Amino acid sequence: MITVEGLTRSYGDFIAVDNVSFACKPGTVTGFLGPNGAGKTTTMRIMVGLTSPSRGTVTIGGLKYADIPNPGRHVGVLLDASAQHAGRTGREILTIGAQTMGLRKSRVDEMLALVSLSDKEAGRRVRNYSLGMRQRLGIAHALLGDPSVLILDEPANGLDPAGIRWMRGLLRGYAERGGTVLLSSHLLNEVELIADEIVMIGRGRIVAQGTPQELMQTTGTFVRAAENDVLARALSENGLAATPVGDGFRVDADALQIGKITAAAQIPLIELRPADGGLEDLFLELTSDTQRESFEGAVA
Amino acid sequence: MSATTITPQLTLDVSGTKPVPFARLVKVETRKMYDTRAGFWLLAAIAAITLVIITIFFFAAKPEEQTFFNFLGVTATPQGFLLPVLGILLITSEWGQRTTLTTFALNPKRGRVIWAKVCAALLFGLGAIVIAVGLAALATLIAGQPGGWDNVGLDDFGKFGLLQIMGIIGGLAFGLIFLNSAAAIVISFVVPIAFSIVASLWGALEKAAPWVDLGTSQPPLYSGDSLSGEQWAQLGTSSLIWIVLPFLAGLWRVMRAEVK
Repeated sequence: MITVEGLTRSYGDFIAVDNVSFACKPGTVTGFLGPNGAGKTTTMRIMVGLTSPSRGTVTIGGLKYADIPNPGRHVGVLLDASAQHAGRTGREILTIGAQTMGLRKSRVDEMLALVSLSDKEAGRRVRNYSLGMRQRLGIAHALLGDPSVLILDEPANGLDPAGIRWMRGLLRGYAERGGTVLLSSHLLNEVELIADEIVMIGRGRIVAQGTPQELMQTTGTFVRAAENDVLARALSENGLAATPVGDGFRVDADALQIGKITAAAQIPLIELRPADGGLEDLFLELTSDTQRESFEGAVA
Repeated sequence: MSATTITPQLTLDVSGTKPVPFARLVKVETRKMYDTRAGFWLLAAIAAITLVIITIFFFAAKPEEQTFFNFLGVTATPQGFLLPVLGILLITSEWGQRTTLTTFALNPKRGRVIWAKVCAALLFGLGAIVIAVGLAALATLIAGQPGGWDNVGLDDFGKFGLLQIMGIIGGLAFGLIFLNSAAAIVISFVVPIAFSIVASLWGALEKAAPWVDLGTSQPPLYSGDSLSGEQWAQLGTSSLIWIVLPFLAGLWRVMRAEVK
């Protein structure tokens, strides 16, 4: 539904987005993951025509964003929940949006109810809103026009744990009804929990993409048995290298393969699961040269 | 979960979606001017100051001076100060509060938004003119001086209107160029003053002033006399320099700007 091809944006010598290509499918949530300043926001701004690309294209449902008539009815956008006039009430902000898109007035109340902003809160000026309330308002604004595509930049920022869970449910349901969701985050756990597809970006470049399962496979499996020496022997007999980790082993094989070996050798297992760290290690590793903080002897 | 699984569509079906009509954009832009406290009070201030200045003049002026023209004339100065500010704020309040992120995402054709703002500005300008004319007429009626309505022609309303419209569009233009309320307001007021100071020191410039300075070319519009061809031409060139060109430059800037 969203197709990004060879997208590049440079500012003088600085390349903010470097030859980025990916696609978001209907019925899925795509997590756009990367550390701060990796180029997520710039990519999203280009998607909705607020920034012009140096090279490359973005299409949404086969159309350039600028060619979508009344785009709010097709693409819901939340780029920065704080970018609202502080002197307007939440209700007024939604009313302006609804009026622009040509929606009936009751839509505003429906959306306020959907994001659990009470009448009293909706009547307050946005300058008195917490970041969490602004996010809710922003999500309400993105959903106003009943779009089939959602583009959300860091929507979980400022939400409390209950709010994050609520948003997860909301976006899950939205995708299950056939919607396309692209959401960005710098928090791995958040994306891991909600995304069907992950696009990882660092210093403007895509460093990995795939389903969370696919990305995890590269980190191997953790396995532990009561008799670890028997287990190690069984693994090596089957040509698998086992690295001792804690009181078990990390093995470069999927869980099913290890399970079959241990079942055949009749070794009772205590643990068999994706290796620790999982995506997080991968995330830090893949973006290590794009991090500000350096780990383990990296030259600063 | 639900039994009715929608078949995934890879293309957007936009056949049933009409573009946002221009009139709706104008309506929204008008609403944005009065739905914030700052905007609301600016509009209220324009109306209130117009009323106050006419009231003051009503009591201060000699009876023979209480003509419709004089009443209307005294409103020109305060309105002339405030209408450009209104024009500036119509543009810069969006940039200052970063609501352009939403506005231009909902309307990717930025030019249409700017023209809608121009129309909204003209509506407010028209409103200010109607208030000024209405209050001036009321004051003239109350004063009831013989000759109070002398020399009033339709073209005078036109010239007064033109004056205020020029102010408001000039404000829009400065707003578009600077995209910052403080800078736009200060510069739009300081530059004409600086110009007249320089002109008074430099004779050649003083001679050219009516052609290049609105402060010199505009007064004939509210003096009650008719303008000569040369004066109209001077109004044209000075407007070109201070209104049309800044507006085009600002429009160019906004069309290309990265919205953050």
